[in-house]
Amino acid sequence: MMMAQIQQKEDRLSLQPKKFVMWLFVFASFMIFAALTSGFMVYAGGRGHALNVILPNIFMYSTGVLIISSVTLFLATRATKRQEVSKQRLFITLTMILGVIFFGLQIDGWRILTEMNIFFVEPNASRSFIYIFTGVHLLHIIAGLLLLTSALYTTYRSKPQSIIQFRLEIASIFWHFLDIIWIYLYVFLLLNQN
Amino acid sequence: MSTVAVHDHSVSHDHDHEHHHHDTFITKYVFSQDHKMIAKQFLITGITMAVIAMLLSILFRIQLAYPDKTFPLLTTLLGRFAPNGRLDPEFYLSLVTIHGTIMVFFVLTAGLSGTFSNLLIPLQVGARDMASPFVNMLSYWFFFGASIVMLSSFFVQKGPAGAGWTIYPPLSALPKAMKGSEMGMTLWLISMVMFIASSLMGGINYVSTVLNMRTKGMDLWKMPLTVWAFFLTAILGILSFPVLVAGVVLLIFDRSFGTSFYLSDIVMNGKLLPYSGGSPILFQHLFWFLGHPEVYIVIMPAMGISSEIIAVNARKPIFGYHAMVYSLIGISTLSFIVWGHHMFVTGMNPFLGGVFMITTLIIAVPSAVKTFNWIATIWRGNIRFTPAMLFAIGLVSFFISGGVTGIFLGNSALDIPLHDTYFVVAHFHLVMGSAAIFGMLAGVYHWFPKLFAGRLMDEKLGYFHFWVTFICAYLVFFPMHFMGLDGVPRRYYAMTEFPAFNHWLSVNTFITWAAIVAALAQVSFLYNFFSSIFFGKRATQNPWNANTLEWTAPMEHIHGNWRGDIPTVYRWPYDYSKPGHDEDFIPQTVPLSETMSSNLPHDFEDNPAGLEIYNEWAKANRPSEVK
Ligand code: HEM
Ligand SMILES: [Cu+2]
Repeated sequence: MMMAQIQQKEDRLSLQPKKFVMWLFVFASFMIFAALTSGFMVYAGGRGHALNVILPNIFMYSTGVLIISSVTLFLATRATKRQEVSKQRLFITLTMILGVIFFGLQIDGWRILTEMNIFFVEPNASRSFIYIFTGVHLLHIIAGLLLLTSALYTTYRSKPQSIIQFRLEIASIFWHFLDIIWIYLYVFLLLNQN
Repeated sequence: MSTVAVHDHSVSHDHDHEHHHHDTFITKYVFSQDHKMIAKQFLITGITMAVIAMLLSILFRIQLAYPDKTFPLLTTLLGRFAPNGRLDPEFYLSLVTIHGTIMVFFVLTAGLSGTFSNLLIPLQVGARDMASPFVNMLSYWFFFGASIVMLSSFFVQKGPAGAGWTIYPPLSALPKAMKGSEMGMTLWLISMVMFIASSLMGGINYVSTVLNMRTKGMDLWKMPLTVWAFFLTAILGILSFPVLVAGVVLLIFDRSFGTSFYLSDIVMNGKLLPYSGGSPILFQHLFWFLGHPEVYIVIMPAMGISSEIIAVNARKPIFGYHAMVYSLIGISTLSFIVWGHHMFVTGMNPFLGGVFMITTLIIAVPSAVKTFNWIATIWRGNIRFTPAMLFAIGLVSFFISGGVTGIFLGNSALDIPLHDTYFVVAHFHLVMGSAAIFGMLAGVYHWFPKLFAGRLMDEKLGYFHFWVTFICAYLVFFPMHFMGLDGVPRRYYAMTEFPAFNHWLSVNTFITWAAIVAALAQVSFLYNFFSSIFFGKRATQNPWNANTLEWTAPMEHIHGNWRGDIPTVYRWPYDYSKPGHDEDFIPQTVPLSETMSSNLPHDFEDNPAGLEIYNEWAKANRPSEVK
């Protein structure tokens, strides 16, 4: 009993700073998006290059998918805390599937944009910014999927509960952040549609 | 409760320790995860890069001093970059660019923070290692890779990047614009992306370690100023480097995919290029949003190092400890809202220029607070002029003489004639270049026994190194102020060929010779450094009689830094020459209960029980002082 307690304290001690590392990484990522959106404002404001694009609805659907994935991830975290392993696996897998669907929808969004004659390479770089925002965000989504994979993988290894929980926590901090950032980008684009 | 936790922690590490005895050469010297070894790796790579960047500067100084002489030796050394014994004009620009890039980023950012944050943060806050030793190791190897890629650009056909260390488009965005815009520029971008990754990994680790892994008793207000400086520097890096990533991503798309973020209406070889609508000013905004914090990323660690060394060697508490911390915080905050002072002449709205002018001039206030506090610390101190102390005082000198010209440049109207002249070159080489290098050298002399298992560097050579470098730095950079006031532009291959400027040729020759003497003086440092690693005099465990925790750790390097428990901290790090104590220093690990004769009422500010005991003791032993 005593041993177990000491063990736990020690885990907390050594894992806490690592979790903090994740938070700092999130701040750094946030600054990239802050810089890109500020860049957009300088660009669009300075020269009168408005976006003039009605965003296709597909981005609304992808936003919905990403929000649901945050909910399933929350359920996975709850299952982990209650030590319900199979539920935990189920919800992490669901989150990952939703993440992949989001990825696909964004790419399809690009296809629809090009059909609307809105290209990445064109004189009005406000429009190129749409591709930059979504593209840089998708790169982050890939990283998020990798973190989720590692969280899922740990549940199949005989690792202590604290490690399993830790991996999932790391992945969730990042994934929820990606969700919020996408909503920010989407609202930002909606507000600047014309 | 936390005692138990800290204790358990150490037990687990002793356990680790046993495993580490099986270190192989590779895990010990190459892919080491030990913060002390990583610090040495950063230092040696940093010194190597500094020597390279210094040699580059001598090359272009030769061109400036002798614009119409030929030097066949140059052709032998540089081949196609110096045909017929004279530097190729475009290669001159590459030299200036790579010199600036290496000095600012590779030496004074990675070399300085990488070495001293790694060495001192765990040792001074009382931690066994960094929050994530693995990420820390990656941070070094990304830096190493970035260095290799940057240097490799000397081996491509057209030579290294040539658009200046600020790589403004369109030069950096159009591969066909000049030689330095081609492959060299691509390599520059790749190298910088790796460098930023390295910086972020390092910085994130430093912040997490300082916030989470301090030993018992080490609250934030008991941290040495070095740790405060490294901590705030790392925060600046985390917030500003990602912005450069954003800027560089857009630049890469302009370069390679034909977007027009930064490009507009460009005619090359009589042909109108398809780019339109872009804004090169946008890049400047993104660059300087990093660029200005970056100059403070360079100077703040040097400031922290000097504060510590000055207090130790003046044998006095640092003057205004709280003011020193608050001024660092003030500088860090302000540094994000002044970037526009680099862009006064971009056609910026004069009102916006005024705003940036005010924020810029406000930064002078915390800077002055720091300067006055250093001087007040030295004032009537019991000064020991060790080489480290001299270099720290040198930093103060350069920071003052370079900071004063910042006030001129910060005025948006005065900047119109001064922008892009040698006046700016003089300003930043004194306030940033010389000051930060002196801070770094001070740190090397001071902490050499911590870096290299208890050896000291030679003092005589240190004094020689200091005086020659100090005098030559002024001889090199001071005359540039006058050139700038006369309008001599920076980054010109042969500006003295213009009739208006040819009277500056003799000054240019003088500067070049001063630079060559300064460069030769560095040989004494290199010899001193490398020979002392093996043959240096043996130091005692605490050679400078300093208070901070690193001197309580055993001299030989062990994993986890301390045998057994990590020491507990009871007091701030600046109890030097405290009246009533028999020695002139009291290490942070000495409890107040052991120093009754020197305690003061304010030592017990948030400790009423201690104050009561103190009052009782004072009543019994010093009845005259008790009211
Ligand atoms: C009193 C505080 C300071 C003020 C008011 C100030 C102001 C300025 C201004 C207005 C410029 C732009 C000049 C131009 O390009 O026309 C400038 C350039 C520069 N300053 Fe400062 N500065 C100050 C302190 C510092 C410090 C502490 C550092 C570094 C540690 C620094 C590093 C630089 C650098 C590197 C440049 C030149 C960048 C380039 O164009 O290549 N300055 N400074
Ligand atoms: Cu600046």
